Amino acid sequence: MDLALKPEHKAFADEVRAFARDNLSPATREKTFSGKHYSRDDHMVWQQALGKKGWLAYTWPKKYGGPGWDVTQRFLFENVLAEEGAPRILPFGPKMVGPVIYTFGTDEQKERFLPGIRSSEVSWCQGYSEPGAGSDLANLRTRAVREGDHYIVNGQKTWTSFAHWGDWIFCLVRTNPDAKPQESISFLLIDMKTPGVTVRPIIMTDGAHHVNDVFLDNVKVPVENLIGKENEGWTCAKFLLANERLGIAEVPASKRGVSVLRQIARSEPQDGRTLADDPAFTAQIADIDLQVQALEMSELRVLSTMAQGGAPGPEVSTLKVRGSEIQQRIAELTMEAVGEYAQPYQPGMLFQDTNETPIGPDHAPPAAPRYFNMRKTSIYGGSTEIQKNIVSKMVLGL
Amino acid sequence: MDLSLSDEQKQLKDAAERFVRDKYTFENRRKIAATERGWLPENWAQFAELGWLGMSFSEEDGGYGGGPIETMIVMEEFGKGLVLEPFLPTVVLGGGMIASAGSKAQKEALLAPMIEGKKQFALAWLERQSRYNLADVSLKATKEGAGWSLSGHKGVVYNAPSADHIIVLARTAGSAREPKGLTLFIVDAKAKGISRRDYPTQDALRASELTFDKVSVGADAVLGKVDEAFPVVEGAVDRAIVALCAEATGCMDAINAATLEYIKTRKQFGVPIGKFQVLQHRMVDCFTNAQEARSMTLMASLKIDDKDPTVRAKAASGAKVQIGKSGKFCGQSAVQMHGGMGVTDELSVSHYFKRLTMIDLMFGNQQHHLTRYSNLAMAA
Repeated sequence: MDLALKPEHKAFADEVRAFARDNLSPATREKTFSGKHYSRDDHMVWQQALGKKGWLAYTWPKKYGGPGWDVTQRFLFENVLAEEGAPRILPFGPKMVGPVIYTFGTDEQKERFLPGIRSSEVSWCQGYSEPGAGSDLANLRTRAVREGDHYIVNGQKTWTSFAHWGDWIFCLVRTNPDAKPQESISFLLIDMKTPGVTVRPIIMTDGAHHVNDVFLDNVKVPVENLIGKENEGWTCAKFLLANERLGIAEVPASKRGVSVLRQIARSEPQDGRTLADDPAFTAQIADIDLQVQALEMSELRVLSTMAQGGAPGPEVSTLKVRGSEIQQRIAELTMEAVGEYAQPYQPGMLFQDTNETPIGPDHAPPAAPRYFNMRKTSIYGGSTEIQKNIVSKMVLGL
Repeated sequence: MDLSLSDEQKQLKDAAERFVRDKYTFENRRKIAATERGWLPENWAQFAELGWLGMSFSEEDGGYGGGPIETMIVMEEFGKGLVLEPFLPTVVLGGGMIASAGSKAQKEALLAPMIEGKKQFALAWLERQSRYNLADVSLKATKEGAGWSLSGHKGVVYNAPSADHIIVLARTAGSAREPKGLTLFIVDAKAKGISRRDYPTQDALRASELTFDKVSVGADAVLGKVDEAFPVVEGAVDRAIVALCAEATGCMDAINAATLEYIKTRKQFGVPIGKFQVLQHRMVDCFTNAQEARSMTLMASLKIDDKDPTVRAKAASGAKVQIGKSGKFCGQSAVQMHGGMGVTDELSVSHYFKRLTMIDLMFGNQQHHLTRYSNLAMAA
């Protein structure tokens, strides 16, 4: 056992850093550190640069066009990009549907869909949740009825992140109304341009538009868009969720968050000195810093097991729970560091490229909106309550 | 000891409840928040008519002889409706300071019309470097003939866009952060040399950044004594804190009620999610938190007029600590139990959550008041 990096890994980290510095636009980078929202272009230009380099689908094996990196390389890649202020890679293509397609899809499907995911030429979104199927995902009602060479799909998906940017949506649909929920769900790929697909924005508490309702009204989907066997989609669904839970802890972003928080504390005035001189506040930063370290080490232990051929077990749920709590706490402390100046609502500074000067310090405008928005992290990707149910049942046998 | 409301106080509570029910449905509030002013003059006129603008002032000041309990009753109902009218800056802060430190002439010229609904105020105390330190003031007032000239910056001045008069905390003597040497000035909001940058706050109120560039005022603009404003401001802010605590208590009641209703009706796994013990216990904790918040607010309201400023300060800080803690717990829990719906703009829960969060940041957050309380308690 050794925490130190080998020379080849150090060289690798340098290569990733150099790539980020050459390819990440200063404007996008600035948005990361100031907490502004990215535009579609910010994401796409960056992801396509990664795609060109062969690094967008960085968790994929070589066989499917991934770089075939080891666990250490992946870890370094994620951390260096976060330090350099890169936007997170939107997971829907490369981390979610891509692995489902290369694990459960036919050769034809792999050929058809994987290149667009690897290059980020095609954007994906996730059609899982429904108004009546949130925590109880298996209760989903969207129906797909086979008619000749097509499925006719009717229903509603919700909380669909970036559906308004998506070219394709992967959906869980019910293909047999009479069987048990888990034995009647199929995994279907739908082109968002198909007639009958409508996207309605949901405005979040910070005023942002990220998520949507997606209405499916007599949408005609060719049967060759079915992944895996009909009625066996729950297997794909669970496989995808386990992958999602691993990356969702967002450790590299939290490490960056802690360092940004310390910067803010050093710049925030208090009683003629700065907040960094207030031990009551800096102790709270130290506390969250240590929590991030514990989480990172726990994640590394899981990755190390996976590297030796193990699959991520249900214990990854604990990473998701702690990861979301940590992200929320960092956002909370950041807002508290800003203090009274977190009160002005400055949407122009959050969503637009503007030359306006902010009210209060530069880091003030996103502080409160981010705190409000981060409450979603203990809800999405399986709520904290659901994750704890999984651990108590699957790990502890309760 | 008697902790029950008098008949008059019960009537006041009923009237405030009725106002919120009739005028502050969630949809109505959204419309009011979207207006240019951010509040409705017709509501303000109704407050005057109902006597709410004068209820907490003595009869010799033109009020109706009530006190902090009356303010608590009304603020609590305002919290339930997330009421947007500028009661806190105008009545509690502005009116409160004029009543406690104003001359007879100032009371006649300002307090009487405020009680009639004809004047509004804003308190400009905060500066960029102040954080929660009320004495960290650098806006300067210098002698100019018989009067004064004010220059400097003030931030997050609630109700500045609507106020007729800005009450400005300025340094007239002493060094930075020294409580002595501060003076309050009542300045016409339209005075030459004041420039304003207006904005909404996270919770849909209105505030401004103000720049004072050689703003001339007469000697009669001084509120209270020159160089002696600190205790006046501290007392007024402590009163405002207790009023805010009452508002927060109302917010907690409303957000808890909405969450309880939601978990009774939202079904997953074939049952209302309120059947799950993990949510039941969290809901019980929300209820307990709101109870503690109400208790501390009531205690602070009963102590806030104490002659001993330490008793008053400890009561205000103690209640603010509790409100910070309980508000955060109820707010975060309500969002969590609502799931994705809790983080949307569509439901009222996210709006209560925002208001509770902003209340914690106003006039010192939980940590600040814990330290203040601790220092006062250790000194005793």
